[in-house]
Amino acid sequence: MALKGIDIFKLTPKTNCKECGNPTCMAFSMKVASGAVEITKCPHLSDEVLAKVSESNAPPMKSITVKAGDTEYKLGGETVLYRHEKTFVSKTLYAMTVCTCMDDATVDQKIADSMKVDYDRIGERMYCEYIFVNCKDNADKFTALAQKAAAANRGVVLNCTDVDTMKAAATAIKDAKPILNGANASNYEAMSALATELGCVLGVSGADLDELYDTVAKIEALGNKNLILDVGTASVKAAFEGAVQIRRAALLNKDRTFGYPTIVNVGALAAGDEAFETALASLFTVKYGSIVVLSDMTYAKSLALHGLRQNVFTDPQKPMKVEPGIYPLNKADENAPCCITVDFALTYFVVSGELERSGVPCNLLISDAGGYSVLTAWAAGKLSANTIVKFINEHDIANKIKNRTLILPGKVAVLKGEVQDKLPDWKVVVGPTEAVGLVKFMKELQA
Amino acid sequence: MPFKKPVQKYNASINTVELGVGDKKIVLGGENVLPLYTFDGAIENAPKVGIEISDLGYADQVPGISGFYADCATIADMAKKAASIEDVDFVCLRLDSADPNGKDASVEDCVATAKAVADAIDKPLVIAGCKNDEKDAALFTKIADALQGKNVLVFSAKEANYKGIAASAGLAYNQKLGGESAVDINLAKQLNVLITQMGVAPSSIVMNTGTAAAGYGFEYVVSTMDRVKAAALGQNDASLQIPIMTPVGSETWGVKESVASEEDMPAWGSQEKRGISMEVTTAAADLASGSNAVILRHPESVAAVAKLIKELI
Repeated sequence: MALKGIDIFKLTPKTNCKECGNPTCMAFSMKVASGAVEITKCPHLSDEVLAKVSESNAPPMKSITVKAGDTEYKLGGETVLYRHEKTFVSKTLYAMTVCTCMDDATVDQKIADSMKVDYDRIGERMYCEYIFVNCKDNADKFTALAQKAAAANRGVVLNCTDVDTMKAAATAIKDAKPILNGANASNYEAMSALATELGCVLGVSGADLDELYDTVAKIEALGNKNLILDVGTASVKAAFEGAVQIRRAALLNKDRTFGYPTIVNVGALAAGDEAFETALASLFTVKYGSIVVLSDMTYAKSLALHGLRQNVFTDPQKPMKVEPGIYPLNKADENAPCCITVDFALTYFVVSGELERSGVPCNLLISDAGGYSVLTAWAAGKLSANTIVKFINEHDIANKIKNRTLILPGKVAVLKGEVQDKLPDWKVVVGPTEAVGLVKFMKELQA
Repeated sequence: MPFKKPVQKYNASINTVELGVGDKKIVLGGENVLPLYTFDGAIENAPKVGIEISDLGYADQVPGISGFYADCATIADMAKKAASIEDVDFVCLRLDSADPNGKDASVEDCVATAKAVADAIDKPLVIAGCKNDEKDAALFTKIADALQGKNVLVFSAKEANYKGIAASAGLAYNQKLGGESAVDINLAKQLNVLITQMGVAPSSIVMNTGTAAAGYGFEYVVSTMDRVKAAALGQNDASLQIPIMTPVGSETWGVKESVASEEDMPAWGSQEKRGISMEVTTAAADLASGSNAVILRHPESVAAVAKLIKELI
């Protein structure tokens, strides 16, 4: 149980020395209890007290740092079960699978194909962050396979329950800090020692949730709390229950033994059924998978799953924004008319989608409106005749585009006169009030 | 120390709504646990999968869809073919031809189409309109009359046109109706209240709380449904204990990822695979968030999503 403010207060020197930046020890204690400040801000506490308070007031779910190639990611550290309650902080990472049961050519091809999926979506790099190296049959090939995966400069999960095989592979690629997914009820001592020695995250699995819980408790007793929990591949139902129960145990019951991120192997669960695998990956992206292991990564999977992930893991308090600039649609060139709108991602998607559907070439101008929708931006003064003129000047639109038709969102028709006065060379036109009207509008404009 | 499993089981439950008649009728809702959480309590009525056909056909569609219906001469044939898929629980007929900005087919023609389709299949039928509020209201009223006794769902009424639809489909002709709102729990609640205040029984209503393709503002879809289910079960809010039906295919097959040709986007690979991926990803995320039924287009998507439901329930 987390200590309350009053309990923490009893442990402080009660001198109100203000060295922590708070007026009184009581105020400081309350803030520590609410998680607003770290207990270490008080310079007068013994190590014992510091350890006691930080242990009991640590967040219920640990945040585990992993290394995927050159990038560090956090897994876990969630504080809520639903994104509307606050926000999800650590996005799901995706892995593709290679296996000792595959021949070399297949492995090379698979890695090369999956690595091709690498692009930008609204300011976020979308790619397959992890390679899951599975040990099955030919265990002697495991180290070579691990090295191949590490060479791709992505994160590596080594999946193997044999300690010696794991040790050889993990030691060979220890700089890549692979996740050692192999601890279970029978080998956890040796596997945990190996992970600790190499400074790697340890993956733990169990025949069922009780066994997993028990094993985690034993590994924690050994002093290793750098873990990720594998929900297993016994069945879809069991894996889903595992992912949900582990997260709920941590956040709802404050049971820290299950306060770890999870790994879900949907590739194995789907056993080759591609569309089903995608459905599973979607399910575990929404419900609590920290690393979702796919058989491979393709654009078909990525476009859908990374798009979903980007949505689910946005901060509800921060609107999703697209980069201001010129977006040519339907192969538009400098002779195509301009449509201007705001940088709220949803607006961009709906408007660009409808414009594309119209088939009429046009240059979509996204102006900086702080990520607000059209009417909100207008009300907040972030979309006005001035901001439009400023955008046109800053982005040098007059030189980049020869066409002089500028289409305003119908909802801000009121701006037309002012914009027209300020941009006398342009023909300012008011577009439809709803994006859905754009198809008809653009076709008529072209006619 | 053994693992103490948390349980979120509620005293409140989602209403049940029956669609169709005879052996093939289906029941939506009824659960008193969060979406797909069978480990908290049994979910008697598994989420349902519908398949959508349009009376305009899908001219520029991928081979897996157009090929599937290749031997169908009429919309009734298409409906029959669609209903013949074992995993399909119901058929959704979209009357795109009625759109006043498009073909503007007459209400009489649409009623005839709906009747032909209803007569061709024994699985439950959902009638979707053309997204024009006025025309939809006229269509739904006439169709509800013409298909009396079939227990069809007209999908869906909005705040702008619910009155006529609720009075006809919901009250006079004893059909089911859907209420559609735009990803906002308060709007969803308000529409349900308005419809029930007209005297329509809660067991005659489903709702569409808003839909989007994955990647296209889908966070609003997730959060709306999360909050709806939390209020319905956790706070026993009767005005939100309405099963949710979510159109998926009509959203996902319109986005860039699904429509961009392979010539335009060579790196992206097969257009059909992308389309299926968008459809199943969106549908699975909808089900995880609370949809009691999803409406898809591609037979392969239907198979994948039905398999997901079977494995989980």
